Amino acid sequence: MSTALNTESRLTTLLSNFINLVAVKLPDDTYKRLIELRKREISPQAIFIYDAMFKNIELALQRKAPLCQDTGVLEFYISFGENFPYKSALLKSIKEATIRSTQLGFLRPNVVDSATDKNTGNNVGPRLPWIETEIIPDANYTDVKLYLAGGGTSRPGRATTLDPSVRWEGLIKFVVDTLSEYGPPACPPLLVGVGIGATIDIAASLSKRALLRPIGTRNEEPKIAKLEEILENELNELGIGPQGLGGRTSVMGVHIEYAGRHPATFAVAVSTGCWALRKGHMRIYQDLSYELFSHRVDKLE
Amino acid sequence: MSSSVIGLINLNEKENIIVRTPVTDDATLMSLKTGDVFYITGTIVTARDAVHERVIVEGMKLPIDLKGLAIFHAGPVMVREEDMWKCVSIGPTTSRRMEYFEYEFIERTGVKIIIGKGGMGPKTAEACKKYKAVYAIFPGGCGVLGASAVKRVAGVEWLDLGVPEALWILEVEKFGPLIVAIDTYGNNLADEIVNNAMRKRESIVQEALRRFSEK
Repeated sequence: MSTALNTESRLTTLLSNFINLVAVKLPDDTYKRLIELRKREISPQAIFIYDAMFKNIELALQRKAPLCQDTGVLEFYISFGENFPYKSALLKSIKEATIRSTQLGFLRPNVVDSATDKNTGNNVGPRLPWIETEIIPDANYTDVKLYLAGGGTSRPGRATTLDPSVRWEGLIKFVVDTLSEYGPPACPPLLVGVGIGATIDIAASLSKRALLRPIGTRNEEPKIAKLEEILENELNELGIGPQGLGGRTSVMGVHIEYAGRHPATFAVAVSTGCWALRKGHMRIYQDLSYELFSHRVDKLE
Repeated sequence: MSSSVIGLINLNEKENIIVRTPVTDDATLMSLKTGDVFYITGTIVTARDAVHERVIVEGMKLPIDLKGLAIFHAGPVMVREEDMWKCVSIGPTTSRRMEYFEYEFIERTGVKIIIGKGGMGPKTAEACKKYKAVYAIFPGGCGVLGASAVKRVAGVEWLDLGVPEALWILEVEKFGPLIVAIDTYGNNLADEIVNNAMRKRESIVQEALRRFSEK
């Protein structure tokens, strides 16, 4: 009993430290991409905005303060190794870790009960933090991916079910329309996640998983990889620019994830992530040691 | 105006413009054009959804005089240290939610600078032109940068609205960068960018489709 409690308490500390790191520091892929994008800008106000972002990134690290005051709602994507011994303890520790990080000031209390409109005050509420789980056969470790979904950057999120006869044209139009109408106030340059599937729930879930993929990677299917690259180039042609004030860089990337469809449906969903893309990927081993894939040089403390 | 024209604005000579609040004459703000960058030293007051609703819909009298001051569409993270409030993180929220109220808010309060993100619409632009006010964008997501310019939390009113929605009176030094998105002539940079994107999108869709169909 005491060992089980001890494990849960160690996992709570580990997860809370992981949440704090994600709230304060951008993942490696995002930081690297922002540096590349700044070099592409020629408009002075766009460069000014990038410089403000980099200054903010530095100050947040110095002060150990959340990068953006909107620390979002928490979404966890957990891949349990089949043989990982602490599955229940890990699930139980998520709420405690969230409450602790809120009390420590790394998370702004954002969760509002949708029925009563009351802010719960601790980022825990009906079905939140959101947790999706899956099993990795034969593995001993567990992968934890965390995404902080800010309000402004979640507002463009949309899904639709298209007629298969117009599937690719419909998808391109849906993505371009979503970005041009709803992208500017969502803190661009944005990472665009697109999900394709038989139904909108499948498409929506995949659009968020697409955001979790490291920036710079492409879908393994060449046809989808080609579409990612084309959309990335063409969305930059919209000229939205950083913070919607014009420029050459409107998106940090386009990631597409797909599932099979039905002969009669082609569902598409778009999720967007702001430039302050706060996501993390941690692997926890059986001895509760960890590895951080999203923040390679960091230690949890 | 196309985005390429907007890109020609020369910021070098203006990058250290500091506007002091309260603004007492129209000349300073009239010298600013869309795309210009400036900083504020003086007082700014946070005012977002609930404050606008109280003033415009409920007709409540503001507990502070905003004449010549700057308001900030923001919900900060504040901590109480002994007897003092300290600003941990402050960045803009989406300004378009305040579009419905802003013309009247500017008219009634005499506020001169509106700060937010994402741009505002034609009614705010009309008010800026009529009352010689500007709407400026502080880069979203830069909450710590914003907090680093706050020298003192001078006070708070309407705290019953909750920390994010209250009127926070902040003494700031070189708060920015602020990019002028609506100037005193009613030019609206964010709307120009959006309209430009809307005009281009059909040809962008066709070009993407053409390239995707290529073998």
